[in-house]
Order: sequence, then structure tokens, then C-alpha cells
Amino acid sequence: MDKVNHAYDERRVLRDVQVTLTERRVAVIGANGSGKSTFARLLNGLVVPDDGEVRVNGLSTRTDGAAVRRQVGFVFTDPDAQIVMPTVAEDVAFSLRRRKLSRDDTARLVAEHLDTFGLGGHADHPAHLLSGGQKQLLALCSILVTQPQVLVCDEPTTLLDLANSRRITELLAGLSQQIVLVTHDLDAVLSYERVLVFADGTIVYDGPPADAVKQYRMMITGT
Amino acid sequence: MLTGAYVARPSPLHHLPAGGKLAALAVACTGLLMVRTPAGVGVATAAVAGLYVVGRIRPAEAWAQVRPLRWFVAAILTVQLLITDVPAAISLTARIVLAVALAGLVTLTTRTTDLMAAMERALRPLRRLGVDPARVALLMSLAIRSVPVVAGIARRVRDAQRARGQERSIRAFAVPLVVGVLRHADTLGEALQARGMDD
Repeated sequence: MDKVNHAYDERRVLRDVQVTLTERRVAVIGANGSGKSTFARLLNGLVVPDDGEVRVNGLSTRTDGAAVRRQVGFVFTDPDAQIVMPTVAEDVAFSLRRRKLSRDDTARLVAEHLDTFGLGGHADHPAHLLSGGQKQLLALCSILVTQPQVLVCDEPTTLLDLANSRRITELLAGLSQQIVLVTHDLDAVLSYERVLVFADGTIVYDGPPADAVKQYRMMITGT
Repeated sequence: MLTGAYVARPSPLHHLPAGGKLAALAVACTGLLMVRTPAGVGVATAAVAGLYVVGRIRPAEAWAQVRPLRWFVAAILTVQLLITDVPAAISLTARIVLAVALAGLVTLTTRTTDLMAAMERALRPLRRLGVDPARVALLMSLAIRSVPVVAGIARRVRDAQRARGQERSIRAFAVPLVVGVLRHADTLGEALQARGMDD
């Protein structure tokens, strides 16, 4: 990210953000409205910066948005907004449409991934009848079936209970992809290699997790 | 009909091609228009019930298809009873219910992806007029998927209304519902983009 600025109407949400993310595990923390979610959306071209440049593996999100999105998967806070097909298996299969696979290959890949995520028994179930945790698992499964190189997760556990939140956190930890996790869960970031702390649209701290969490707590409590 | 409630069962209806079922649905609904007598309605009802049995659909699942119509049916039956005789009123109302039940049977026994594929094939000739069949088919599946989501938003808004003692206020229901639906539409668009729909 090179000197990125962004505003929604009159409200500036990011100011001169300059960062290169090479670590496999990067977490982003900060108060509501600090610019975290916009930062995450910039990474796969959902938001194009007003000024500056965002590049993923050399591709600009401004000119190669679709190509970037093929490399960068995005998990939203609310899985209900991300699940677009009525049944579980159909939603995973939807992600494979652009790969033009045969019907059998698609069915095989879908079944394999659903089994991996513990959703094999729910393949033909209506997605809206799944629990919150299962919906987030399905959202993750539908993204990972396309094998993105990078996974950006925007508060994926905010709407989940403690058990499901742990389950998603553990699942993310086991993935081979580079992960950029936006979260309010300060325990979850402790296992990450690098943590960015956002405040008022800028990165106010960038470093190891323990120091980042300490810095963030000081910002919040003022001590 | 728009519940997206496909139920996986080993029935002959499940194995029929989606395009064939849609064509048969169109023919059957046209045929229903021609049924005028109570005896004819009785035969049609038996035929539809028979198809539900062949499709191995449980009574509760079948009821769920026509249940949302109950207030509409009551209203239309009342109006018809005022302007026509009893057999004609019952016949007209029953035909509407049967048409919806048949449409529900198609969605219960057909995967949405198969319906989408059939619709894409059927709309292919319209490409010359600038219609994108894949987009139209996607629109249909999004509509099906959005029904339970919008119902969930409506339920939350109603709960909030009750909690604040505003049960009778139409505005207190409509405004947050519209805002919630628009917000959902916004995020859904973003999710589609994130999942490569702009390729």
C-alpha cells in the first residue's frame, strides 16, 4: 500500500497509509471507525483508494481488480451477506462457476471441502437453517474452495459465541494462505506475526502482537 | 414457492430434468386456467396431491409451500363470494393455491443450480437483445436466497418494536425494515464482487 488516502463523502477514513505485508499472519486492531474495514476492503479491490496505490503480487487493485480478487479471498463479518445460494453445497459450487469445471469435478471438490469444514452432512440443507457458526464455516469454505493465495477476514468472529469464535480462529490458524485478520479479539492476535493498530485512519503502531495489544490498551484506557 | 427449500429425496420427480419440470409447470398452470367445475378442481387437487406423494414430500413441507397464501386466499375468497356464486369462488381460489403448490413442488424437487442452468439455456436466444442469461438466473437464485434473510430482518424489527411498545406503528416497522434490506443488498453486492461476479 503506497500513500493511500480514502474518504467516504466528507469523512476521511484513511490517511497516508504506507505498508507492505509480507508476513503469513497479519492482524489489524483498532476502535470502531478507525479505518480497519476500509483497509481490509482495499486489499482485494472492493474499495479503490482515492489517492495512492494498492498492489497485490504486483497487480494494481485499480486496474486489475478482478485478477486481484481471484488471488485474495474476503470473509465478511455477517455470513448471511456472503452466502448467495439457497443450499449449502450450491453456495460452495457457486464459487467454482468461473473455473468451468465438469459437473462431476465440481461435485467432488464441493464434497471434499464440505467434509473438511465439518459440513458434509449439511450439503443439501437450506443455508439459512444453519447455526451462526456453521454459516461462517460455510462462508469460509466457499472462499477457500477457490484456493486464494491470501485471505482477508473482516471481523469474522464478531457475531459468534465463544465456542464458534474459537473454532474459526483455530481453523484460520491452520490454513496455508497468508491471512490478514481484522478483529476485536485481542487474544486471537497474540499468535500472529505482525499486528497493525489503527486510529483515526492511520497506522499508529506496527509490530509484534504483545507490544501492539499493550499499545492499544493504553490508547483505549489512557494509561 | 420462494423458500429455496430443496429437499433431497430419492424420488422420480427429483431425477427429472429441471427444464422439463419448468415446462411441465407452465403447461399445468395453463391447464388449471381451463378447469372451471368443482369436479375438475377436485381432480386437479388429487393430481397435485399425488405428485407430492410421488415426490416423497412430507405433509408439513407441502403445507409450508401454501401457508404464506392463507391471508391472500381468505381475502380473494371473500371478494369472490361477494361477486359470484360459491362453486365459482371456491374453484378460482383453489386454482391459485394449486398453481402455487405446483411451483413449490418444482423448487422442492429441483436444486437451484439446476433451475439456474435450465433458465440460462432457455434465455440464450435473448442474448441478441442484450439479455445476459447468467445474470438473470443469478438474480432468481438471489431472490430465493434473500427470502429467509428478509424474513429474519422483519422478525428482528418486529421484536424491537414490541420491546419499545410500538407494535401498532407501521412506520416503526417499515423504516427499519427498508433500511435493513437496503443494507443487506449493499453488502450482498459487495460479497458478489468479492466472489468474482465482476469477472
